[in-house]
Amino acid sequence: MKKLLKHRELLLVGIIALMVAGFATRAPGFATPGNLANIFNDTSILIILALGQMTVILTKSIDLSVAANLAFTGMAVAMMDAAYPGMPLALLVVLAVGIGAVLGAINGMLVWWLRIPPIVVTLGTLTIYRGMAFVLSGGAWVNSHQMTPGFLNLPRLPVLGLPLLSWMAIGIVLMMWLVLTRTPFGRATYASGGNPTAAVYAGIDIGRTRFFAFTLSGALAGLAGYLWVSRYAVAYVDVAAGFELDTVAACVIGGISIAGGIGSVAGALLGALFLGVIKNALPVIGISPFAQMAISGIVIVAAVVFNARAERKAGRIILRDRGAKEVSA
Amino acid sequence: MSDIVTETKARQAIPDRLGTPVSRLLGSWEVLLFGVAVVIFIANSFASPYFLNAWNLSDATFNFTEKAMIAFAMAMLIIVGEIDLSVAAIIALASTAMGAAAQMGISTPGLVAIGLSVGLACGAINGTLVSILKLPSIVVTIGTMSLFRGISYITLGDQAYGKYPADFAFFGQGYVVWVFSFEFVLFIVLAVIFGIVLHATNFGRQVFVIGNNEFAARFSGIPVERIKFKLFLLTGLMSGIAAVCLTSRLGSTRPSIAQGWELEIVTMVVLGGVSILGGAGTIAGVVIAAFVMGLVTFGLGLLNVPGIVMSIFVGLLLITTIALPIVVRRIKFMSKK
Repeated sequence: MKKLLKHRELLLVGIIALMVAGFATRAPGFATPGNLANIFNDTSILIILALGQMTVILTKSIDLSVAANLAFTGMAVAMMDAAYPGMPLALLVVLAVGIGAVLGAINGMLVWWLRIPPIVVTLGTLTIYRGMAFVLSGGAWVNSHQMTPGFLNLPRLPVLGLPLLSWMAIGIVLMMWLVLTRTPFGRATYASGGNPTAAVYAGIDIGRTRFFAFTLSGALAGLAGYLWVSRYAVAYVDVAAGFELDTVAACVIGGISIAGGIGSVAGALLGALFLGVIKNALPVIGISPFAQMAISGIVIVAAVVFNARAERKAGRIILRDRGAKEVSA
Repeated sequence: MSDIVTETKARQAIPDRLGTPVSRLLGSWEVLLFGVAVVIFIANSFASPYFLNAWNLSDATFNFTEKAMIAFAMAMLIIVGEIDLSVAAIIALASTAMGAAAQMGISTPGLVAIGLSVGLACGAINGTLVSILKLPSIVVTIGTMSLFRGISYITLGDQAYGKYPADFAFFGQGYVVWVFSFEFVLFIVLAVIFGIVLHATNFGRQVFVIGNNEFAARFSGIPVERIKFKLFLLTGLMSGIAAVCLTSRLGSTRPSIAQGWELEIVTMVVLGGVSILGGAGTIAGVVIAAFVMGLVTFGLGLLNVPGIVMSIFVGLLLITTIALPIVVRRIKFMSKK
């Protein structure tokens, strides 16, 4: 299994490299280090969200509320910054992570205590959180001139040649790698998705693991909320609408099994980068940005087909086992 | 999985005594939901003086008829243990196809045929991916959702199609008798057909069997994959029908048409008492849930509540209606101890 995963990630690296090389033949500037760094910076927020989404998916759940969480948190911190320009930036960032974590914890609690299927919970909170962003702002926008320069400039701050936003993504990739492979929580995450029955017998509280996974995903969404608002210098209710599907797509492309228990941080990172490269390449090679949605749709379906082939057990299966049914739940 | 197992057990547990038919009926989800609908109806008529008026109520039905048509098929799909999140995107694609055809001067029957066949084709794609390639429906339909709507975006970009033939307007704006619109009558007819198919035919029985125990269904010789394929086809067809009604009602097509409807439709199905884990649910419940959601959003609309705030209510409705029975069951369980 391990070998297969390694193989798969290498394959993805190869595909991304091929794509970059292919686009470079059409647009000479595409493969320059500067442009590649730009693409990475552009994809940073997706990477951060995909890592949170991945943790949730590993536990056999799904978090459809990440983009709504991002919109609410982004709106909240932008309004605070606009109303109290004196507030220290560090406090705002901590607040963003905190608000996001609380919203994530609400999802987690509904899943853990009431045992409502995660897809239903997050489908509900998706509309609630975005609605709350509207209630909070009254539908008004927070524009760049209302926000303080410090608030806006933080993600752009160059450190060792890369903007801070890129460094944050790199830091979170490393953190998530540590959390998922080097901590008891990480093991519990894989176990409760991979084989829940065995996990229970091994003394792992699946509900609690899911709760923490949702809280983590929420906290990352909160951070992404601040980053999004400051990077694009505007906050409105429909910020990042539909972005939750991109995060799921990044995970699926990266080989994270939607049935839980299978996947790696490198996979999610590469899945996000794959989408990022496509997104940045389309205008460069002269394809209408309107085509992007259809292309990511095809990519998602292709990735699912590919995943299913990789995950299929050897040997002939006459009757599909019961485990297959839970996938849709 | 542990929670799924306990849920299934709770559902399959057989009580020592069934209770009288009346008490069972009174305790059923549908009756409870009907009570909620009545309360909302009364609250609405107090909240706004404009509410209790035959034409006004007729207008209110447009809020849910199109979504409910899809919800019937979605209910069967969820009962069988699958889901289709691409329904709203199918509406967009079917509507775009009809718009393009109308631009070329095709008449109304042709347009309807195009809308329905696009729906069927999309359903067939989903069905093939899920039942023949055996992929998880939730991811597949997330993918096809962006594919279908993406094709509309490629075709239309930021443009819109208008110029539909005048008689095309009947499906969304016409009335059969008095205040009963074509859409409402279609909704009732479809509700009856779906009710019979799900609750009074072999096919419906097999749907429940697969949802409760797919493994056993296979051993009983039920063609699981074929039934799932048919249900995806059916969901596609219903989305096509909804696309005809919606396009006709709006008289124009934009690629963002019916955006976010998939969530409202799933909410409607789950609110109607269909178990998201599959294996349980009734069409009657979905019909009442459609009325509840329609009344809530229409009532709030009369009170000048913006659409996005209504969505908070819909979200809360979804979570509380699912959470409530679980909380009640747990309290009962605790008090017994």
